[in-house]
Amino acid sequence: MQPLTNRVKVLEPKPLNLMERLYLPNILKGMMITFRHIFQKKATIQYPEQKRPFSSVFRGLHVLNRDEEGRERCTACGLCAVACPAEAITMEAAERKKGEEHLYREEKYAARYEINMLRCIFCGLCEEACPKDAIYLSETFAPANFTRKSFIYGKPDLLIPDPKEAPDDFARAKGQIEERKENTRKNLTA
Amino acid sequence: MADEIKMLKVTIDNITIEVPQGTTILQAARQIGGEVAPPAMCYYTKLKGSGGKCRTCLVEVSKGSEADPRPMPKLVASCRTGVMDGMEVKNITSGKVTDARNGVVEFLLLNHPLDCPVCDQAGECHLQDLSYSHGKEGTRYEFKRRTFEKHDLGPYIQLHMTRCILCYRCVFVADQVTGKRVHGVLSRGDHAEIATHIEKSLDNDFIGNVIDVCPVGALTDKTFRFKNRVWFTKPVDAHRDCPNCKGKVTLWQRGDEVLRVTGRKDQWGEVEDWICNTCRFEKKHVNDWVIEGPTKIDRHSVISQGHYTGLDKPKETFSAVHGGRAPKLLMDIHSVSEVNRPGIALSEIQGPATSDTFNIDKQA
Repeated sequence: MQPLTNRVKVLEPKPLNLMERLYLPNILKGMMITFRHIFQKKATIQYPEQKRPFSSVFRGLHVLNRDEEGRERCTACGLCAVACPAEAITMEAAERKKGEEHLYREEKYAARYEINMLRCIFCGLCEEACPKDAIYLSETFAPANFTRKSFIYGKPDLLIPDPKEAPDDFARAKGQIEERKENTRKNLTA
Repeated sequence: MADEIKMLKVTIDNITIEVPQGTTILQAARQIGGEVAPPAMCYYTKLKGSGGKCRTCLVEVSKGSEADPRPMPKLVASCRTGVMDGMEVKNITSGKVTDARNGVVEFLLLNHPLDCPVCDQAGECHLQDLSYSHGKEGTRYEFKRRTFEKHDLGPYIQLHMTRCILCYRCVFVADQVTGKRVHGVLSRGDHAEIATHIEKSLDNDFIGNVIDVCPVGALTDKTFRFKNRVWFTKPVDAHRDCPNCKGKVTLWQRGDEVLRVTGRKDQWGEVEDWICNTCRFEKKHVNDWVIEGPTKIDRHSVISQGHYTGLDKPKETFSAVHGGRAPKLLMDIHSVSEVNRPGIALSEIQGPATSDTFNIDKQA
């Protein structure tokens, strides 16, 4: 067959010399490398006892935010749902009644808010679209499960703990979100 | 014989058009169409006397007429200025106009609460469009925005006075369409507000049209309040045999549910026919209407994100291909999801849904 280029090099396999035919020195050489790695720093960690820090731009499970008084920030404006490329977000709005001012920030709120985690691609466009700082992607993984049903996340699953009742949980759920927002802002202005 | 209408030549943004005498610059520009037509917040073709208040339609007249070619000293409101023969008008080609319009938008937004996420008008709001095309990102206003005591205008119409830009369109509608006006602009200056004198409800049979003419979200449909966002509803043209009005409307549907009924609007956002309250507020069932087809929506509008082009529902093809065997459902979304549950018809609730609506449903 005619070679396509003239760069082809024909190699003649050289016969093995005595050292090579013994095999043992090379096997020992390989064993030495393996043995050396026992004392080196490990690349893996013991999950779930140990956890790696998240990247500052990590996009995990959604959280519905509350304001500092514990009122839900979401007003069901639908911008997250229209921004969602996977059409994972649905909601139903309701009007705030008298006496519910401590629960909802604005006169309209999301009575139902659902994210279909089977559809969600964690792109973070909902967070970007939200004018009320109400939804953001946290530093948690979506847990694995056996049933499809458990992946339809409603408001009870998504809402952040009340900062007045459980400030520690609130802070944990919020994570480094403020820091991240600050970084984004800096990057945008820079 | 003597009443022959004189045709005048007018050049707007270097496009020349002949219009009959008595035409305003705005009308002439709309005949050309497209970008050349100045935006209008208060002017409404079908309302006599409207216009001249919002100043968004300002244009520069660089040549007064053939007889008197001097330019007009100031920018003029195109909706109220008549065309002269040989007039030369600059709209988007004039830097002065864009500048002035930016200023006008800033003024209009001074007291505007910018509660678009809550407002039902968002997505079809003229002020929103205008501020996106001309507005600045920030505000320079440092004072408290004006607020008002809430006025109840009856079971059909919701008034949000803080959003109002005082265009007077609704006042003209009440005067010219209903014939008997019970609301108007009370007080002056910063305190000026749309209200009825001593709490009255607006209940004339054609008063619902004030919702359609309102360029902002100051007057909205209470029966549609918070039911859905405009861009998630499907606009279809429909008509019915109505004894009071022409019955030609646009239905805003969600599935088969009719969430809202409005008049049909043309490309300038003006209704084609006034519709009566019965059509607008009472007929919220598909069977009340003869559906003609999807409404044409400008592709730049957020409402067009639904891409409704036909009325045919998508068919299940699986069983046809698989010899009648139905597809195996791994999960019925309604068995888990609380949203859009088949049993609840939002269109049947008179006002906005509240926590009661949803709690009652939970017990059932």
